[in-house]
Amino acid sequence: MSAVALALATNPGGYLLVLAIVLPVVGMLLSLVAGGRNAERIALALMPAGLGIALVIAFGVWREQAPLVYILGGWAPPLGIALRADGFSAVMLVTAALVVAAAGYFARPLFATPPQRAEARAPLAFWTLLQGLWAALNMVFLGGDLFNLYVALELLTFAAVPLVCLDGRPETLRAALRYLLFALIGSVFYLLGAALLYGSYGTLDIVLLAEGIRAAPVVAPATFAAGGLMTAGLLAKTALFPLHLWLPPAHANAPAPASAVLSALVVKGSFFLVVRLWFDVMPGLASDAAMGLLGALGSGAILFGSVLALRQRRLKLLIAYSTIAQVGYLFLMFPLAAGSEPWNGQAWNGGVMQALSHAFAKASMFLAAGLVAESLGHDRIADLRGIGHAMPMTLFAFGLGGLSLMGLPPSGGFTAKWLLLQATVEGGQWFWAAIVLCGGLLAGGYVYRVVAPALAASPLDVRASPSRGREGIVLALAIAALLLGFAPPGFLGLLQVGRAAIVP
Amino acid sequence: MTAATLAGLTGAALVGLGVYGLLVLAHPLRKLLCFNLLGSGVFLMFGILARKGGAAGFAADPVPQALVITGIVVAFSATALAVALLLRLFETSGTVTLNPDEQRPE
Amino acid sequence: MTVIEILDIGLAVLVLGVAAWTIAARELFAAAVGYVAYGLLLSLVWVRLFALDVALTEAAIGSGVTGVLLITAAMRLRGTDPPQASEQLRPMVRVAAATLCIAIAGVLAAGVLMMADPGPTLAPDVARHLGETGLGNPVTAVLMAFRAFDTMLEKVVLILAVIGVWSLAADDAWGSVAGPRPLAHHQGPLTFFAQLLPPVGIVVAVHIAWVGANEPGGAFQGGALLAAMAMIVLMARVVQAPAVDRRWLRVVLVAGPAMFLLIGMIGFAVAAGFLAYPDGIAKPLILFIEAFMVLSIAAVLPLLVIGPPNRPQAGPP
Repeated sequence: MSAVALALATNPGGYLLVLAIVLPVVGMLLSLVAGGRNAERIALALMPAGLGIALVIAFGVWREQAPLVYILGGWAPPLGIALRADGFSAVMLVTAALVVAAAGYFARPLFATPPQRAEARAPLAFWTLLQGLWAALNMVFLGGDLFNLYVALELLTFAAVPLVCLDGRPETLRAALRYLLFALIGSVFYLLGAALLYGSYGTLDIVLLAEGIRAAPVVAPATFAAGGLMTAGLLAKTALFPLHLWLPPAHANAPAPASAVLSALVVKGSFFLVVRLWFDVMPGLASDAAMGLLGALGSGAILFGSVLALRQRRLKLLIAYSTIAQVGYLFLMFPLAAGSEPWNGQAWNGGVMQALSHAFAKASMFLAAGLVAESLGHDRIADLRGIGHAMPMTLFAFGLGGLSLMGLPPSGGFTAKWLLLQATVEGGQWFWAAIVLCGGLLAGGYVYRVVAPALAASPLDVRASPSRGREGIVLALAIAALLLGFAPPGFLGLLQVGRAAIVP
Repeated sequence: MTAATLAGLTGAALVGLGVYGLLVLAHPLRKLLCFNLLGSGVFLMFGILARKGGAAGFAADPVPQALVITGIVVAFSATALAVALLLRLFETSGTVTLNPDEQRPE
Repeated sequence: MTVIEILDIGLAVLVLGVAAWTIAARELFAAAVGYVAYGLLLSLVWVRLFALDVALTEAAIGSGVTGVLLITAAMRLRGTDPPQASEQLRPMVRVAAATLCIAIAGVLAAGVLMMADPGPTLAPDVARHLGETGLGNPVTAVLMAFRAFDTMLEKVVLILAVIGVWSLAADDAWGSVAGPRPLAHHQGPLTFFAQLLPPVGIVVAVHIAWVGANEPGGAFQGGALLAAMAMIVLMARVVQAPAVDRRWLRVVLVAGPAMFLLIGMIGFAVAAGFLAYPDGIAKPLILFIEAFMVLSIAAVLPLLVIGPPNRPQAGPP
């Protein structure tokens, strides 16, 4: 069977993709109906199950060395909708399941229903929205249809935005509203692009669109317009410089577990679709200049985000600006990974590794900042002197996460940046290398700004020490980011599954 | 000029109007109105695709029509969430400005 | 130029004129009212595109329910416009924005004029498989069979929006109700309509949902009409909305997507897979799911319009 025919038929194991999406949806609906403490119980009980499903999917993709496919309702595209999991989808599914579970277990004391009440506002909202967000992410990673992905993006937005303002303070409401407006405009542009593609090729299925574009004697001009519109919309949602303005107030003011999920996963959802668009829907179509522009915006983000992170006075704002910088690295994939040379493959692995290691490192750092803020009642960097002695495990986790951001060994961030650097050298695009190195130095600066005074021997008044269990979660995430640095070759091979379509 | 082409041109103009309003109007409720104008312009683009895809005994391709129906519902949900946020912001702070205080150094 | 062409051009000019007016209107409230008129005109454009299902949805949701939402908000936000001087833009910025928008509209207009006619279409595919669904309305077939996954998830989007709106309540208002209190004494034309209209509306809504299998209409439009009845009754202050923590309310909210998911999962066992219908009974199953969806939609839309719970629960005042 041809590659296209394979992508249009359900294969063994394909049903797992349905389960990956349906499980958190069912959890959300059940939590809403059961209400009160049951919402938390249902969410926490389903998280290990969801992780199990994600792991089985990843194992299946790795064993078959081919994407898993499920055709919904038995209606094959272009009429119906397909779900597909390639290597990138599979590792993102596992990452999402791990980070969501970590944030969930971390959040238990923060979003527990008070004993005297049957149900309270913030807990019910948090546990239902968290599951909705998880379902939306899985849909983004598995969707094979551009309109279905639009619905997934909206689901992601509607779950993420209210999480920002769960405490109801005016500044968080303002941040949430700005975030919502940016995200909505982003989706409209994405949808407009999808319309143009349907008008040119009569399908919204990613594989069929790629086939149509490849087979067309002359690529319709609308295709390029669609690519531009969709990319612009998705960049606004990813907060790529200079469309990043909404991110710092939203991510820095949200409750810590929400910040972790937003920074680690939600911005990666729209980034994932930019990758889908240029590497799967229209591979080889973008000019070097267009890919260079994405790389240049990424470079701008690395420098700008890092410099602003250096200047922040609050820990959570520093971490939020660091997200802007780290998202920038992801976009170096576009000039470096488009093509069929071996170094293009390395750059691809580097980009994906950056997405994964940043997810774990950033989740760990936001949760660490949350513990610090809980213990001190504030997160002013100037007043963190001596926190390392009061909360050594938390600070150690923060530092480990920082290693990944800087790109120092041993860490997933090092592997990611090393792979990207190698690609720049072998591809003769050395200027990106300068940016990667410069960004690493700046990251070193802002991590040092927090860690060095924290280690100072000065007495610090800590209101309450965090529980060992919650510190353990923070450390486990940081260690996950570290372990990615020891990823075996088989893991890097998994990332390549499904990338064959890139060969022109 | 057919009704479909005319509707498509109307859609194109609505997209332009909506983006303009989003860029220059400061009041969040006005931005939301413009978001809806922009959205309906995009839906009209699907509408012209549907009409030009009329075949097999259907006056218009049913698939884009179904997409627009889903899209209208999603746009309404978005508007409802944004209005609720805006009203809550007004209730708690007495203003509706979107300028964040966080951008300025403390 | 025929009469119908002149009417088409007149309609387009009118739509754009009202749209421009809602942007330029001095009063926030006037802008919101303008948007309702715009939505109604737009549904006429959809009629001219032979998309009756969309026209119904646009009239009900795009203009109707969204209109109520925006007008209510504009009334509550009276006095917040115009913005402070710091938010006024310089003329240069306006000119730049206008140039950008004209460019975007121009590119899209060029795309519209260059569009292939006839264009690519899935209409023949829909026609080929319509028989398997047992439905006569191709749009309903796309929504409930071929792209059922989208439709199911769209209902989940609505529920998430409700949770998002509820999450904006004050902590001490949780468990209470939203919207205005019911009146002790009922009088005036609105009360009269609120008592007269719902029975008629409910009959029409059920009819629209039912005929949607074969003719324009369907679960969404029927549900929206039911929702409109609920909103009239709430706005006339004849009854008050249920408290957000009522179990039955939660069940009604999730009924539509839950039934969709349940029958979808049964498809694993008895049909071609998730969201597949067994041969021969597709149509009754679809109508069965739609009945639950009508219920959920009728509950979700008014809840989204009246906003978060905002007062401690009280008996009749």
